[in-house]
Amino acid sequence: MKHIISVLVENEFGVLSRIASLFSGRGFNIESLTVAETDDSTVSSMTIVTQGADHIIEQITKQLNKLINVIKVVELTESVQMAREMVLLKFAVNSGAKRLELLHLVEVYQGRVLELGSRSLIVELTGERTKIDAALEVLAPFGIKEMSRTGMVALARDSVK
Amino acid sequence: MYGDENEVRMKKIIGAQILLEVLQEQGVEVIFGYPGGAVINFYDHLPDYSCRHFLVRHEQAAVHAADGYARATGKVGVALVTSGPGATNTVTGLATAYMDSIPIVVFTGQVPTPLIGNDAFQEADIVGISRPCTKHNFLVKRVEDLERIVNEAFHIAGSGRPGPVLVDLPKDVIAGKYFKKKAVQPSFKGYNPNYNGHAGQIQRAMQMLFKARRPLFYVGGGVVLADAAAQLTDLACRLNIPVTTTLMGLGAFPEDDYLSLGMLGMHGTYRANMAVTESDVLVAFGARFDDRVTGRLDKFAADAKIIHVDIDPTSISKNIDVDIPIVGDLLDVLQKMLEEVKASGEKAELCAAGHDEWLKKIAYWRELHKLSYEQDDIIKPQFVVEKISQLAQGHDPIISTEVGQNQMWAAQFFTFTKPRSWLTSGGLGTMGYGLPAAMGAQVAFPERLVIDIAGDGSIQMNSQELATVVQYNLPVKVIILNNGYLGMVRQWQELFFDKHYSSTQMNHAPDFVKLAEAYGALGLRARTPEEVEPILKQAFAHPGPVVVDVVVAAEENVYPMVPAGEAISNMLLV
Ligand SMILES: Cc1ncc(C[n+]2csc(CCOP(=O)(O)OP(=O)(O)O)c2C)c(N)n1
Ligand SMILES: [Mg+2]
Repeated sequence: MKHIISVLVENEFGVLSRIASLFSGRGFNIESLTVAETDDSTVSSMTIVTQGADHIIEQITKQLNKLINVIKVVELTESVQMAREMVLLKFAVNSGAKRLELLHLVEVYQGRVLELGSRSLIVELTGERTKIDAALEVLAPFGIKEMSRTGMVALARDSVK
Repeated sequence: MYGDENEVRMKKIIGAQILLEVLQEQGVEVIFGYPGGAVINFYDHLPDYSCRHFLVRHEQAAVHAADGYARATGKVGVALVTSGPGATNTVTGLATAYMDSIPIVVFTGQVPTPLIGNDAFQEADIVGISRPCTKHNFLVKRVEDLERIVNEAFHIAGSGRPGPVLVDLPKDVIAGKYFKKKAVQPSFKGYNPNYNGHAGQIQRAMQMLFKARRPLFYVGGGVVLADAAAQLTDLACRLNIPVTTTLMGLGAFPEDDYLSLGMLGMHGTYRANMAVTESDVLVAFGARFDDRVTGRLDKFAADAKIIHVDIDPTSISKNIDVDIPIVGDLLDVLQKMLEEVKASGEKAELCAAGHDEWLKKIAYWRELHKLSYEQDDIIKPQFVVEKISQLAQGHDPIISTEVGQNQMWAAQFFTFTKPRSWLTSGGLGTMGYGLPAAMGAQVAFPERLVIDIAGDGSIQMNSQELATVVQYNLPVKVIILNNGYLGMVRQWQELFFDKHYSSTQMNHAPDFVKLAEAYGALGLRARTPEEVEPILKQAFAHPGPVVVDVVVAAEENVYPMVPAGEAISNMLLV
């Protein structure tokens, strides 16, 4: 089972490596991890995607809470979270027909064209992980030249509580 | 508050002086340390302060000594070393303290901040290296932050589940000038351990306990660390509930009481392991279901409801599912439990009266397989420990150990009656711990009888500290159970590897009597059972440090023994 854990940490030097070494030292796996400052510059927010049985996830959240620099740990279950990923894709396109077809598909996935060159195309897609996965499958035959994908960012929804 | 006008009136001092003043404010009386280029400013100012410094002979020993001091006193122990190799030499000490939750603060020198990351002379990334074996660590980047960080370090080390904290001090920080300000209580955004046991959970636990027919207390080092041994003893005696302790919990309950089952686990007593296996309610107090205690997990207290009290939420339901978890300070929870007992009057009395059958069964187990050995014309190590136990009574003894068979025999055959009198590396199992730890305890209690029960292998890992105990006249008694083997490993080889004694013979050990003499300590030797008592008496009466080389049976084994990974009721008994 995939789990998303949102962690608020003190924005201090070495905090990222404390979190990373907690995961590696205890044999927990990290599927993705994103970090950024919050509106309060002394606090950073991390979103960690991990896998494991419930008791492992319980250990992970407890162990995270135990770190001195960790301010708050929230495990976001699927029903209460909004989660997004982003991917940037570069395609090589020579034929006009192919280009039209590609642009059409990008629109279907509510993507944005960031650069339209004579031989290449850069596209941005944002969405839930499943949507990105589906889009990549459909777009793969067009020949993805390069790709850069973020980890997941997530927030708890207020409406469901 | 830190007002600017205030600063103008104050005089600037260097970081080393700020550090020394904060140590004084923290009530630090003793530092174990070793100098070097990166901390030379500290040593320059050290003599101006009242804090006593003990110059060890190896940095590992400084950390173990601070750890032994902390275990014996309950105060935060302090060590200070230089950068690079000085810092890396502390790692085993830190890991030892971390595994056993011992509050110490270790200061390490560091190269000047502009050189950090440049592979400068004697640079080591000790903050990176020590991260997984400290509760927390700090690199002080500016002298302005020094005072705050040192105060935070002491607070973190001693609060919640205690543990070692490392503070890395670049040379320009301890040489840089700043003001010493007024002490303020450290505050943290995220660190706030919960001390208060949940009243509702405690009530549920007590109701469950009152109804139990075969209750058992399983007591770990947490009770000692929380200074809650008296409350635990009171609770057990009021409810007439038997008590088994872990290696770390020895001393939390008096072993001369009829409710004491001694230690449980891999080398636990027969009655303790049987009682766990047949209990119906098991209450774990400050213990963490370590694999050396539980053996095969699904057979551990398989028929029991489990109540687990611990200050650290990560310990709860980590290895074993718990029916009633209680997070809180052991002292707080035990006090609340005692109040429940007092408030529930008849129920508690009925409970106490209802365990006769259970206690009878335990008495039967006790008689069935006692801890035993046969003393013939070669000295048995168990006999030595029993003699130490007898002869030390009345001298308020503190026992430290090395690691291996010596440690297990000490745990089994010494009768512990008081908390904070037992110093052993439980979690990490660090050979070489015993002598420096004894040294630390002796510094704290010059009048008490401090004994390191040692092995011939382990003692060689930190025997250089004999120089330290002689220099400061710390009258530590080192009793070597000399079996000529790395005995515990040999025992495993005998039992599980067809007696293939590969690399476990210690046939090139020094003459320990001469070694003691070379350092200026008294060296004694016992070769026959008759010599043991007079030699021990002579050693205990000697006003200075002593090494006693006791020539014991070479291939004696520690029993009972539960083979690793088996159910703890599955004991090898002879
Ligand atoms: C630093 C360290 N290295 C290795 C070990 C593995 N080990 C555990 S017990 C033991 C034998 C100890 O021999 P000795 O001190 O003579 O004690 P004995 O078991 O003979 O009483 C060894 C090598 C250890 N615990 N610590
Ligand atoms: Mg030996």
